[in-house]
Amino acid sequence: MSDIVAPPLSDDVPTPDLKPDAMKEVRPFKASPEHQAALGFPGTLVDDWQKVAIRRLGELVEGSRALRVFLDSCVKCGACTDKCHYFLGTGDPRNMPVARQDLVRKVYRRYFTWAGRWFPWLVGAQDLTPEVLESWYTYYHQCSQCRRCSVFCPFGIDTAEVSMAAREILDSVGVGQKYCNEILGKVHKIGNNLGLPEPALRNTLEGLEEDVKEQCGADVRFPVDVVGAEVLLITPSADFFAEPHIDGLIGYAKVFHQAGISWTVSSEASEAANFAMFIGSHEQMRKVAQRIREAAIALKVKRIVVGECGHAWRVAYSFWSTLIGPLDFLDPRYPQPQHICEVTEGLIARGALRLDPSANDDKVVTFHDSCNVARATRMGDRPGGQFTVPRSVIRSVCAHFVDMDPNTIGDKTFCCGGGGGLLTDDLMDLRVKGALPRLTALNTVVQERKVTHMAAICAICKTQFSKVLPYYGLPREMVISVHQLVGDAIVLGAKD
Amino acid sequence: MSAWTIGYAVLLYVAFVVLVGGVAYRVAVYRFTPAPLRIPTMPAPRTALGVVARMGREVGLFSSLFRGDKWAWIWSALFHASLLLVLLQHLRYVLAPVPLWVRLESPFGSYAAFVLVISLVGLLGRRLLIARVRFVSAPSDYLMLLLLLVIGVTGTLMRFADRVNIVGFKAFILGVMALHLQSLPLEPLILVHVASVAGLMLIFPFSKLLHAPGVFFSPTRNQVDRSRREGGMRVSAGNEAGTGTTASPVVREGGL
Repeated sequence: MSDIVAPPLSDDVPTPDLKPDAMKEVRPFKASPEHQAALGFPGTLVDDWQKVAIRRLGELVEGSRALRVFLDSCVKCGACTDKCHYFLGTGDPRNMPVARQDLVRKVYRRYFTWAGRWFPWLVGAQDLTPEVLESWYTYYHQCSQCRRCSVFCPFGIDTAEVSMAAREILDSVGVGQKYCNEILGKVHKIGNNLGLPEPALRNTLEGLEEDVKEQCGADVRFPVDVVGAEVLLITPSADFFAEPHIDGLIGYAKVFHQAGISWTVSSEASEAANFAMFIGSHEQMRKVAQRIREAAIALKVKRIVVGECGHAWRVAYSFWSTLIGPLDFLDPRYPQPQHICEVTEGLIARGALRLDPSANDDKVVTFHDSCNVARATRMGDRPGGQFTVPRSVIRSVCAHFVDMDPNTIGDKTFCCGGGGGLLTDDLMDLRVKGALPRLTALNTVVQERKVTHMAAICAICKTQFSKVLPYYGLPREMVISVHQLVGDAIVLGAKD
Repeated sequence: MSAWTIGYAVLLYVAFVVLVGGVAYRVAVYRFTPAPLRIPTMPAPRTALGVVARMGREVGLFSSLFRGDKWAWIWSALFHASLLLVLLQHLRYVLAPVPLWVRLESPFGSYAAFVLVISLVGLLGRRLLIARVRFVSAPSDYLMLLLLLVIGVTGTLMRFADRVNIVGFKAFILGVMALHLQSLPLEPLILVHVASVAGLMLIFPFSKLLHAPGVFFSPTRNQVDRSRREGGMRVSAGNEAGTGTTASPVVREGGL
């Protein structure tokens, strides 16, 4: 934490003055030729990159109504300009959503619109120069694709779509981001983001069985590749060993155990995350998702349940039916896929879990709505269930629950600062500054409402908060999994 | 028949064809561009009817902008509402005989012109004064506001200050529409007003003014939330706009 200084926390996040180019030099490491090759992208910048990039932009626009409408429709009203956590944390005007979009929009106008071809100076159109390409790499890797800006846009323009397209173009000319592309390579080769091979996975889960047995005396299983199990659990691989994620995994296992639901993870698809969404590659996204369909068929499961992971839930909820659907081989009596919070909430509502909320009496808990869950998915049967279901679960297992400032939760939630493929140490400066709005709201309830813990349902959020909380003088242990609260409150033995 | 009359008639024909043809082409392009993935901004309606309601709130009330920026909402709501009233008022210059409802609307449309001009000044003011908005503004963003201001100011002057030969102008317009040209009254305010309107029509399909048809095709706002198989769940009819303030829903764990 040497040279990175977090902005001071106050009781509000003021809209900063513009600091042009403040974040111009902050960019993630580029992917090596090997990482690129593994995904079928050119290893280094191709010779005719300008032509390739413009052609790719044209293809993307032709294949995406969203991109076309978004690039045409912005009126520069400015409603989004103070909504991005990275702008609020850095003051760099290129982190204002409209300015970020404009980096691509200027080029789109230059090559694909009549006005930009003939009067570029008039409409702010620009040639695709090496500097523009570099600015794409820099500022589209300062976007966590959280979609907060799209909530306030009168036309629903979603910067995430533009950001994904820009990263896809960068990949197509040979300029990839190391963090995302290296991880995608690991998914293809080993089955999960962390590169955890099957023996290590089995070993870890066996160790967990022993830990839980020691802790509460029950034989809670963590099954791998069990053919014929009812549920295939798809969860981020961080749940297998990272803190605080692993306590969430223990929570899922206890829920399944007490409800008598047989379940398994798959060694072939031991990863819920799908970083292909971050780099905007539909082809990669389909390939990564396809592993899960194949695993579900091979293991003859009846249901797929997704663990606590924000963007994975988006891919599963919103994209699976298009990418790998239909999931008609699964039990039609259940939502497919289903979120672990929906499963737990339903079991609680039916009285199928024996809970002792006093186990969490030492905590005052608040809840962080993860951006992809909040603005790109649903839980339960009503719009907004993605907000009520996890809160309902928390309230069932914990007596003290407090919400943060209403302008920072629900569909107005602030990103943790590490989403969208930015959860890498080479972007630490950005991650710390981008966490400012969320941590300001958290700090307020810590000061005023004595909040001790912030529960989350996203592996990226949990890792990001654990890392950046100390920069703001808050303890890293504050962030916990929702299913850690559940796991701690479940009384095992009685109803087994 | 003066050169002015012929020139302005041709200008209006060209502007009309470009506006209608250009927007129709653009709408067709939007319509036939695929939208493979579902990306509605959640919480989103679960039924098509709910989407109609959501779009109605966006287009009729600018509901998202209201949540995002109150001042931008005030100026743009005033601008669009007064523009609508003024346009309706203008029907009296192209319809003969003038329908009763247009006559009744006419005073509202006339005085709305002042609101139109004031709101344009407001929009221009925030574009100039707010550094964040100035940063993202191109010359065309200012020029479009100025063009609208020219239209609004000349129109207001003709209506309230420097009365022009509106009867003669209506005869010209009806002639243009009937392809039987009548001479255009050569008054500077008329010439500037009509030329500016034609200019706006000409740039419409090539500019950010496409936001008008574009919003209807915006996938984040017009898609239904129905991407997963929802076995064991019921579609709740009400609460389409739920934002998490309602009681927690019941997720059925059927089959256990």
